[in-house]
Amino acid sequence: MAVCIAVIAKENYPLYIRSVPTENELKFHYTVHTSLDVVDEKISAMGKALVDQRELYLGLLYPTEDYKVYGYVTNSKVKFVMVVDSSNTALRDNEIRSMFRKLHNSYTDIMCNPFYNPGDCIHSRAFDNMVTSMMMQVC
Amino acid sequence: MEPGAAAAPALLLPLSEAEQQCYAELFARCRPGPAPEAAAGGSGVAELFRASQLPADALHQITELCGAKRVGYFGPAQFYVALKLIAAAQSGLPVRLESIKSELPLPRFVALKNDSEMRYGTPAEILGAKHQIPHTALDKNSFKRADEGDKQETKSPPVSPVGSPPASPSSYQRVPLSYGYSKSRSGHEQKHGASYESRHSAHQQDGSAAGNYGAKSAHGQLSRSLSAEKEPQNSSSNYSDDPWRITEEQRDYYLNQFKTLQPDLNSFISGTVAKNFFTKSKLPIPELSHIWELSDVDCDGALTLAEFCAAFHLIVARKNGYPLPDKLPETLLPDYLQTASLKPIRDCALFDSYSESLPVSQQTRDFNRTELETVCEDPTNSEPLILFDVMTSVIEPKTSAEEVPDKSALTQAANSDDKQALNISTTVKTIPKEFQHLAIKTVAHETNTLKARPRSRSYSSTSIEDAMKKGEEPPTPPPRPQKSHSRASSLDLNKIFQQNTQAARSGWLPPPPALPPRPLVSQVPLVANTEPATQPKSSYVDFRVPEQTEQVSEIELHPQMNRVPPQTEESSPTKKEILLTQPPSKPIRRKFRPENQMLENQELSPTISAASSLSAVKSHHPVQKQSSKQKRAIQTAIRKNKEANAVLARLNSELQQQLKEVHKERIALETQLEQLRPVTVL
Repeated sequence: MAVCIAVIAKENYPLYIRSVPTENELKFHYTVHTSLDVVDEKISAMGKALVDQRELYLGLLYPTEDYKVYGYVTNSKVKFVMVVDSSNTALRDNEIRSMFRKLHNSYTDIMCNPFYNPGDCIHSRAFDNMVTSMMMQVC
Repeated sequence: MEPGAAAAPALLLPLSEAEQQCYAELFARCRPGPAPEAAAGGSGVAELFRASQLPADALHQITELCGAKRVGYFGPAQFYVALKLIAAAQSGLPVRLESIKSELPLPRFVALKNDSEMRYGTPAEILGAKHQIPHTALDKNSFKRADEGDKQETKSPPVSPVGSPPASPSSYQRVPLSYGYSKSRSGHEQKHGASYESRHSAHQQDGSAAGNYGAKSAHGQLSRSLSAEKEPQNSSSNYSDDPWRITEEQRDYYLNQFKTLQPDLNSFISGTVAKNFFTKSKLPIPELSHIWELSDVDCDGALTLAEFCAAFHLIVARKNGYPLPDKLPETLLPDYLQTASLKPIRDCALFDSYSESLPVSQQTRDFNRTELETVCEDPTNSEPLILFDVMTSVIEPKTSAEEVPDKSALTQAANSDDKQALNISTTVKTIPKEFQHLAIKTVAHETNTLKARPRSRSYSSTSIEDAMKKGEEPPTPPPRPQKSHSRASSLDLNKIFQQNTQAARSGWLPPPPALPPRPLVSQVPLVANTEPATQPKSSYVDFRVPEQTEQVSEIELHPQMNRVPPQTEESSPTKKEILLTQPPSKPIRRKFRPENQMLENQELSPTISAASSLSAVKSHHPVQKQSSKQKRAIQTAIRKNKEANAVLARLNSELQQQLKEVHKERIALETQLEQLRPVTVL
């Protein structure tokens, strides 16, 4: 039950970013942006070993008092960043992993679409639906 | 959604369950768009009314009564009242509002199968077919109307074109709105007029689009007119007004389009190929992207036949104004389409309708080639050739399939004068011979001779091919024997060879070979040894030792040669008769060690030359053969390199040209920039 989900391209610009409480969107954008530094740090730290040994799931990037930020990077350096509400303690690591896996699969499906040029913003309805299903249900 | 009680003017009408269901379905059928609140399409309603087989004046009465005329359109309420009135009329009651208050049987429409399925009678079947493909272009409908328009009274004030195709659904409704239902048939005409003109505009709009789409509408017209009366029962069973259902004609069209992209029906169309193809439809990219998402169910970046049909269908629907669904409709699912495609192939009539030259197709029926199917769409003659090449490689095994490759070969060979041979391509499914049809408008009479010609030509072509193949073989020389001796000889020269190598390694120099092969630098003749005892016997034999002396020991020989020459030089004059081969080795030595031994060798050269002539004859032959083989190999290598060079040179020149053009552009842009710049410079 994420609060904000973002897909960042290799060049560190967002391909897709969506957050649930739409009024605070800017804050989440900023959070995602700052988390990129942490992602890069983690990649470079693990990068000493071979690339295939590097795990895609980066885990908790950094926690704040309100929420936690998780990261995931693909082999093509496309990053997924997920911001999760801290109050939602029921979320376990496995769940986060499975959410990232779903994201990754949807992203792969988008890439299979020949009309999608890598580097474009993601406008796929299927992807939107999938992300919506993962977002927190804010009533 | 639908009112449980139809509200006629000042009349509340209770509807029974069955009636509700039936009316709802009928209303849905007459409704072109997905919006439930939209009014029923006037033409659809009119057709329905006619299908009820009531006299025209009764129908007029009904329309008046139900209030559609007043209101101007057939809303749900009006429609239900009308249906009830029809039922009343059919059961013999006078057409009055009072008569529908009572329980009535459901209104009957011709050829009613059961309550839930309505089938229209023969005259209306044509129209009913329209419902089956409501979205496949107005052109189809308009052409149909043209047929009926002749039969019906022609009274149609011309209607200005309603607009471009995407607005077509609204045209359904707008036209009846403006004219009401004074005459249901006139409604037809108006629609016909409107749609006809909009079709024209559509044509002009899409004129620039690929010929596919233009051909499609042309095909649609022809197929409609020709096959209208031939629609079999099974295909229209359970047909509703579902725009997402693919009809047989559409399926065939899609099939042919698939074949133009990928001749193997069981294989995929790759993403890029499909992208280029669908981009021709001029739909915006996001929509195409969405269509792809919908249709590529397994998300593999490639389209199977079923997926392709679904995607094409969605594109067609979109082009006709239907909004894209969020989820793939059931009837477009690949599983559904796959099972549907396995339905038995329909009559030849339908297929014949595809051909643009019917008489020709009849002639082609004489051909007893059941697997022939021609490429339909392309008017150009050059393209089928290419397809042909591809198709022949994907032929499924058939009894007469072997003939087809010959055919293909021959047509490729006889390209220049036999155009329609290009049309003949192989298919992957068995189609009875009636299904043959030519697509290209070739001369009819030539097809008659087609049968005879291929036969005769096939032989010649194959013979030519064989001849060519044979011609190719000689140039490639057989592989050269490398380490071992391959020449037949009574003695086991290989063994000796090995002995020689061993000896060399162990320091004992093997007997020297025959005339040193001068052009063959890679071969090191065995150097003369220092032990004459064993030499004499094997020396003659060794003349025939291949010039490919051990290359492995070459290196070892070298240092030894360094050692040996001084010794051999001294002993050579004395041992001339015995070591006949020894002197010849010296020139070789000279080659390999020019710096070191030049002086020494030169001293002996006069003596060497005398003795060399003796051994020259014997070793000449083997040397020559080997050398010629090598020459041939080298020549072929040279040729290949030359060809590669030519290719690269051409590439280079092309790139240079491109570079020049880019330079020119750059210069042009820079001059422009210069012109604009002075504004800022102050």
